[in-house]
Parts: sequence; structure tokens; C-alpha cells
Amino acid sequence: MSTSTPTAAQVPADTAPAIPASTAAKKQLTSRWASAVALIVALVWTIPTFGLLISSFRPEEDVKSSGWWNFFTDPSFTLQNYKDVLSGGSTGESLTTNLINTIVITVPAVLIPISLATLAAYAFAWIDFKGRDTLFVAVFALQIVPIQVTLVPLLQLYVDPPFNLMPLAGRDAPAGGLYELWLSHTIFALPLAIFLLHNFMREVPGELIESARVDGAGHVAIFTKIMVPLMMPAIAAFGIFQFLWVWNDLLVALVFSSPQVSPMTVKLVSLVGQRGEDWQLLASGAFVSLAIPLVVFLALQRYFVRGLLAGSVKG
Amino acid sequence: MTTSEKFFHMAIAVLLFYGVMAAILLLTQRLRSRNGERVQAAAFLGPSLALIGIGLLYPAGVTIYQSFFGAAVFDPPFVGFDNYTALFTNSQQLTVLRNTLFWVLLTPTISTIIGLVYAVLVDRASFEKFAKALLFLPMAISMVGASIIWKFVYDYKSGESTQIGLLNQILSWLGIDTYNFLLEPPWNTFFLIIILIWIQAGFAMTILSASIKAIPEDMVEAARLDGTGPWQMFRHITVPSIRPSLIVVLTTITIATLKVFDIVQTATGGNFDTSVLAYEFYRQSFVAGNQGLSATIAVVIFILVVPIVIYNIRQMRKLEAR
Repeated sequence: MSTSTPTAAQVPADTAPAIPASTAAKKQLTSRWASAVALIVALVWTIPTFGLLISSFRPEEDVKSSGWWNFFTDPSFTLQNYKDVLSGGSTGESLTTNLINTIVITVPAVLIPISLATLAAYAFAWIDFKGRDTLFVAVFALQIVPIQVTLVPLLQLYVDPPFNLMPLAGRDAPAGGLYELWLSHTIFALPLAIFLLHNFMREVPGELIESARVDGAGHVAIFTKIMVPLMMPAIAAFGIFQFLWVWNDLLVALVFSSPQVSPMTVKLVSLVGQRGEDWQLLASGAFVSLAIPLVVFLALQRYFVRGLLAGSVKG
Repeated sequence: MTTSEKFFHMAIAVLLFYGVMAAILLLTQRLRSRNGERVQAAAFLGPSLALIGIGLLYPAGVTIYQSFFGAAVFDPPFVGFDNYTALFTNSQQLTVLRNTLFWVLLTPTISTIIGLVYAVLVDRASFEKFAKALLFLPMAISMVGASIIWKFVYDYKSGESTQIGLLNQILSWLGIDTYNFLLEPPWNTFFLIIILIWIQAGFAMTILSASIKAIPEDMVEAARLDGTGPWQMFRHITVPSIRPSLIVVLTTITIATLKVFDIVQTATGGNFDTSVLAYEFYRQSFVAGNQGLSATIAVVIFILVVPIVIYNIRQMRKLEAR
């Protein structure tokens, strides 16, 4: 830890100060400038969201006729926008169904790819087989196939699968097409998830695995009894990633979801398109869709950051 | 479909999945021999590889194939490289390419610069954690949500009416003419780019901040004793030390930028010359019904991403070899 300016100033006059007074003054000046710039950036970053939050609590008339900053000079507060958005209300736009759709889409689309990827990552990290490295690099490379490249053929495959399999999309699709959404999100998540979890797994000391093997534990036992508990922080980290990704997704939902299972994002985009003037509904609707990921994110921020760092700064 | 039916299907899907997984693990756990290892590897990897093959490899192949065919729902004609020629000559498509170029040049650099400067500024400050959280928060917000937030900021009311958009209100407080931010090309594209910068700067800041904290303390201390000023410190110590992370951040944001679709869709719907490759793909495929051209665009996005990734793989190998 560097000597901070206040402590330098508190140093009694008779002992030689660690930092000359001129340097200390300069440092204080720079740090004051630094704090000011940081403060401005932080304000610019926060004000847009703050404005939306204020708007979502203002009455319809106010939102449409004056800026949200007028709230401070002429405060009027209502929960009507949230009531309208959640229950339909006077405008008949209910987002509750879409909120439920988002939840129903997200839960399996987080659990399934993470479980599959943990298994695959274990095999890549600790089971010896021919062609392992080549296969792993191939999986790593595949994480860059932009999902755009796959969407249309995948949709065709869902609507009209070979061998007379049950179609996952279209009118006869089970659960209104939920299965294809889960499957698609799983597919798109796998390469990155396998790659990240593999990196974490390689950090587990090899001796641990060796000694377990000597004691007669098979791969399944090592995986379930040693690896999964050890990997929980990493799994959580990727879980938050995948959660945010699926919850916030628009493209996959637009392409694959039928109207009856369309998530919040799709609904919000259509609200923007059809009724660009219903600012109060947009504000509260957007905030409803922000609230849950924001809470999850703030609560599990530690893991999320760890996951970010593991994926990006190796070495 | 009722809510309970949806949750019922969700429960079935999850239970079915874990049932099959448990069965696979139970069946293979007794295997110990050399061959057994192979079966276990297959059991662990099989589901993932099958899904990746069916869901990524096969469709990618089909898309490349389709990019050589014209626009027709049934039996589109083979057109060779015509779609590619169209993409690089048609004036509308050239606008799309130009916009994509703006996005890819500006978003990664500006987000990284803001993230880096901010990380340095708040490093070791007493309010560091809180300050970082503020910049980081937009990452949790969907691009749809972010675009709605910024549509409020950019909103424009014509004539003398009261502005409800913050930026235009500031302009009119300053006595400057109000401006319709999302209407006038090419500037509207820059205002859309700001939305993505707003989202990505927090990502850059987090990675770079961790990297800055990993710089050896003695190095910083030695430089300080030599009388290195803050600017020199930044240029000659901080930036060179975090080079690998800078590259990772730049490439990650570049790839994310190439795929950006949500912001254009939400903020302008691709109107007023704001379309980009990723949005044009969607429009050609699902609105204009030109399967061949949309496949071509998808392939071009892929081609643009490939060199970035090869570079990243090389960096990764280098780090592992160390």
C-alpha cells in the first residue's frame, strides 16, 4: 500500500517525511483531479438508468409532458405504471406472462448447458484419450461461430427434422416451442462453457486426482465427489454469465419463440415499435425486466467477476 | 398455454435431463479398463459434442452452402458469388458495411480507453468498490433495456415543446438548437454506438483493473522512487504490464460488437441508415425473405471473426507454453 497523502501530512515535523511536501501536494492535486474525473464518469454512467427509474414512478401525464428531472421540483409519485405493466390495466398490456416466459426459458437454459459442460470439461481435463487436444481446440474455435450462421438451418431442422422425429418448432411443437429454446441456448453456450470450466479444472492439483485413482475411485466417483464440489465457485460464475445471457437475449427468442412463450425482451421491443409514445409503460416494463438480473448480479457479483477474470486474463 | 403448464414442462425438461445424465454416469462408473476409459470419455463428451455438431457445425455448413443461392422460398437458383458481389457493391449494403466499420472501430477502442482510465483513476481510492459497481452495472442490463434507457436520453420533441430527453434539455438550457439524435445519418449510428460503449466499458474496467492490481508492487515503488510522474507511470509501467489483458479486452469487445443486433433493433429498428451486418442478417432472413443474402452476411460475419480468434488461440498457446 502506498503512503496516502493524509498520513504523509500527519507525520510529525521532527521526523523526516517519507514524501517531500512538494510531491505530496502534487499527488494530492492529481488525486483530486482523478477523483473529479472518476466522479463525472460515474455520474454519466448512472444518470441514464436513474432517469428511467424516476420515470417509471411518475404519472403518465407527467412522463409524456416533462422530463424526469422535474420530479425533484414538482414531485408526484405513482405505482400505476407498474400495475398496468404487470396486470394489463387500462391499456391491456400485461408483461406478467412474458416475465414468466423469461423465467421458464432461463432456468433449464442455465442448468442444462452447465451440467453438460462440466462433464465435458472434466473429460477434456482428466481423461486420457486419443485426439483429446485436437478436439479441445476444435471446441474452443467453435465458440466463435456467430449464432447468426446457425439460426436458419437450425430453425429448418426444428420445423422439419429428419427420420420423422417430433418437430420442436411450428404448430405441433410441444410446450409451444419451449424445448427448442432450451436446446438452442444450450448449444450456443456449450463451447464457451466447456472452455472456461476446463481452465478451472486444470488448476486442480493433479496429485489429488492421482491419489483418488490409487484409492480405486473411478472417473465418475472423482467427478461427482471431488470435482463438482471443488468446482462450485466456477460453476456459479459461469451460471451467472449464462443466466444474464439467456435472460437478456433477444435474437434467439425472436427467431425461435412462438408468441405464446415470447420473453420480456421480445415484448419490450414490440412495445417500442407499436407504442413508442407510451413512455411510462416502457419505463416500468424495462425496469421490471432489469430488476431480477440486477439483483442476481449484485448478490453474486463476486463470482461473476471471478468468472470474467478466469475467462480473459490467463497468465 | 397456462402458467402452470409452462412450469410443468420446465420441471419435466430438467428432470428428464438429469435422469438421462445420471443413467449415463451409473452405467459407466464400473468401467476401469483401458477400453472402459474410452467409453467413459465418450459418455462424458458425447452429449456435448453431439449437440455442438448438430447445432453449430452442421448449420454452419448449410449456411455457407446457402450463401451461393438466390432469393426464392422454393428451389432458389444457384448464383455463385453474386450475393457476395451484391453485399460489396449495392449502395444500401455498403451503408451497412460502413456502419459496421464504425461500430467495430469505435466501440472496442473507446470502451477500453474509458475502462482503463477509470480503473487507474479509482485504483486504491477509498470508494473504489462502489465506483466500480456503478460502471459495471450496465453489464447486467439487457441491450434492449439499455436501448430503452438511452431512447429516453436521446428523445426529441419538435418545435418549442418541452423536451423530455435529457440531452436535448441540456442543449436548450445551453441555448443550442435541439437535435433529433436518432434520425440523421451518419451521426445516428454514433449515438447508437454510445449505448454499446456504455455497456462494455464496465467489462473492460473489471478485467483491466484486476490486471493493474497484478503489477508487482516493487516495480511501481521503484519507478516512484525514481521520480516517475503519474503520466509516465501510466505510459511506461501500467500499459506495457497489462498488454495481454488489453488485447483480450479489445478482441472480446470486437467480437461482441460484430454480433450486435439488439441495440439497432430496439433503438431505430434499422431505419434511418443505421443497419449493421448482424441486424441486416435478421432483416434479410426474416423480413425481406432473401435467404441467400442473409446467409452471405452470416458467412461474412464469421470470416471477420476468424482472424481475431486465430490470434487469440495463438496468444493462449504462447501463455500456456510459458
